[in-house]
Amino acid sequence: MDLSSLDFVALFASLIVAATPLVLAAIGELVVEKSGVLNLGVEGMMIMGAVTGFILAVTTGIPLLGFVGAAIAGAALALVFGVLTQVLLSNQVATGLALTLFGLGLAALLGQSYTGIRPPQTASLDLPVLSDLPVLGRLLFSHDWVVYFALLLVGAVWWYLNRTRRGLILRAVGENHDAAHALGYRVVAIRLGAIAFGGACAGLGGAYLSLVRVPQWSEGMTAGIGWIALAIVVFASWKPSRVILGAWLFGGVTILQLNIQAANLNVLAILALVLGVVAAGLLIFNIRRLNGHLMIRSAFIGALGLLSWSLALSFPDFQLDSAYLSMTPYLTTIAVLVAISGDRTRAALNAPASLGRVFHASA
Amino acid sequence: MKLLKTLGLAAVLAASPALAQDDPLQVGFIYVGPVGDYGWSYQHDQGRLAIEEHFGDAVETSFIESVPEGDSERVIRRMAQEGHDLIFTTSFGYMTPTVRVAQQFPDVKFEHATGYQRADNVSTYSGRFYEGRVVQGYLAGHMTESNIIGYIASFPIPEVIRGINAAYLAAAEVNPDVEFRIIWVSTWFDPGREADAANTLIEQGADVILQHTDSTAPMTIAQESWEGLSEGERGIYAFGQASDMMEFGPDARLTSIIDDWAPYYIDRVQAVLDGTWESEDTWHGIDEGMTSIGAFNGAIPAELRKGAMDIAIAIAAGKRHAFTGPINWQNGEAWLAEGETADDGTLLGMNRYVEGIEGTIPN
Repeated sequence: MDLSSLDFVALFASLIVAATPLVLAAIGELVVEKSGVLNLGVEGMMIMGAVTGFILAVTTGIPLLGFVGAAIAGAALALVFGVLTQVLLSNQVATGLALTLFGLGLAALLGQSYTGIRPPQTASLDLPVLSDLPVLGRLLFSHDWVVYFALLLVGAVWWYLNRTRRGLILRAVGENHDAAHALGYRVVAIRLGAIAFGGACAGLGGAYLSLVRVPQWSEGMTAGIGWIALAIVVFASWKPSRVILGAWLFGGVTILQLNIQAANLNVLAILALVLGVVAAGLLIFNIRRLNGHLMIRSAFIGALGLLSWSLALSFPDFQLDSAYLSMTPYLTTIAVLVAISGDRTRAALNAPASLGRVFHASA
Repeated sequence: MKLLKTLGLAAVLAASPALAQDDPLQVGFIYVGPVGDYGWSYQHDQGRLAIEEHFGDAVETSFIESVPEGDSERVIRRMAQEGHDLIFTTSFGYMTPTVRVAQQFPDVKFEHATGYQRADNVSTYSGRFYEGRVVQGYLAGHMTESNIIGYIASFPIPEVIRGINAAYLAAAEVNPDVEFRIIWVSTWFDPGREADAANTLIEQGADVILQHTDSTAPMTIAQESWEGLSEGERGIYAFGQASDMMEFGPDARLTSIIDDWAPYYIDRVQAVLDGTWESEDTWHGIDEGMTSIGAFNGAIPAELRKGAMDIAIAIAAGKRHAFTGPINWQNGEAWLAEGETADDGTLLGMNRYVEGIEGTIPN
């Protein structure tokens, strides 16, 4: 067992790339759900963004135009959903699923003559001095602009939802659309705006996939990322900052899993390492409000880490089927769901009360 | 009453063989990926198109793409209910569902690719892809400078394990220092995940990548490493899988294993039309052309190109086999004695690595 063959800087750098489409799609869906609409068509909007972004970037040679086009295409497809569910009052779940199927089909049709073409490269923001820093440079300052844009977008969404009047109204519409309507807010218009924003974000995420992460166009290339984005919104319990955490967890487990396999590492040792880092992080980040409860929790996690380390030393040849590792984000999502539904006050605070309910102004 | 009788008569007439023969033969295909994957499913669809071209109006074909293996029984049954006479199911995971549906539709003929379960109305067919893996291993062993060869594997079934073993033996024969790093991605088609796997392998030092997944993403990633290189520098090499993939890696692609199903498909359709179709097991290789080797990259030195060509010719002539002793299993247990050649039974059930490969196969 040789942990040295694992390059943690490279690992974290590729984690950030793998997580970026998830961050983008999930933060868009979070806004949609905060406004009280459940749009299950993320996958369809993502793949529309992937194909439109690819076509525009290839034909114009400017990646930025590809991303802009992808956002517009995602928003346009989302508005189809918006009109159907908000104006024609169709069922949100069914319409969202139909949107995914429609998007996958339409994207396959549009992209037919674009397979085997290489997109223009999206340049990295090579910040002078900063990106030359030994570890931090590679980790934090050597990515393309979309990575930073995604993180800024999450910050902006947090600020909008929590610190602006319009954000408050949007949340009010999601919590109780009848009350918001009675107060004179235009529920349908606000929701349409949120849906379009969600679509634009999903489109950007799709374009990131076809222009940076893969980079090529092939049919069905989103391969379920949109569904993971939906899971992340729940995992994040509708809080923007946790969206990043969730996306990094999902992206990180995928990347870690690939690395463990390629380097033939012992999963127990990795687990020990992760638990150790979590325990240390918990202590360090909460050092100002350290209490007994937190100390016990950190000690518990640390002890688990030590336990798995000793297990790793006693079973050096232990190999865990990679499928178990792939399961972890989903298991975590379920655990989070159980946790938030167990705590009624927190659930009430977070899940929008009108999520998925049909709003009719005359009712 | 009279009307009912007339209708009944019409039904009898319609069902009579004399009239049925004027109807075109209905041939259905079920693919695990999209036809636009430019890999496995694309190649099967080329076979379908060859049928249409060859038989013209006598045959009508249809296909359903991106059918998940877990959900395939429903799709196969629907195709049988719709009146298809011959159905090709083209993924290993469709095996049990195909046999199950075949029992319910004894008059429909089924052809299952890469499986081993047969029935009176179920044939199986596959290519000896491992013969092509020998050529790949030979080239990979010679062309690697880091002596680390990356391998992106899909599911732990004999076909995939056989390919890894065949490639490793051929690579180790010409380069005893060679090391295989294997990643199981648990998917046939997921460009994002396959791209992540390729990147992980490259980060861990692999400079030649083999894949047994269906998308062109790993090839695209390898090709990306050639961008902006100066004269004399070299990037990552890769091999086309199932389809030629030339346009996806003009610099990176060394050669490819191409599956050519068209002659077999035309044969089988002809057999149904002639009424001579019988349940058979077909396993064709380089000799019959079902597995073929794509053009060689000009960057390969001339003597290596000749060496690779000689191997392919020797295999086709039956003078060389991918598995000729002495070969031990991974745990040191003897398998083949000096000069002994593996029998098809062992090849079809291969479920462990040969000696020299590190790591474990997921369950």
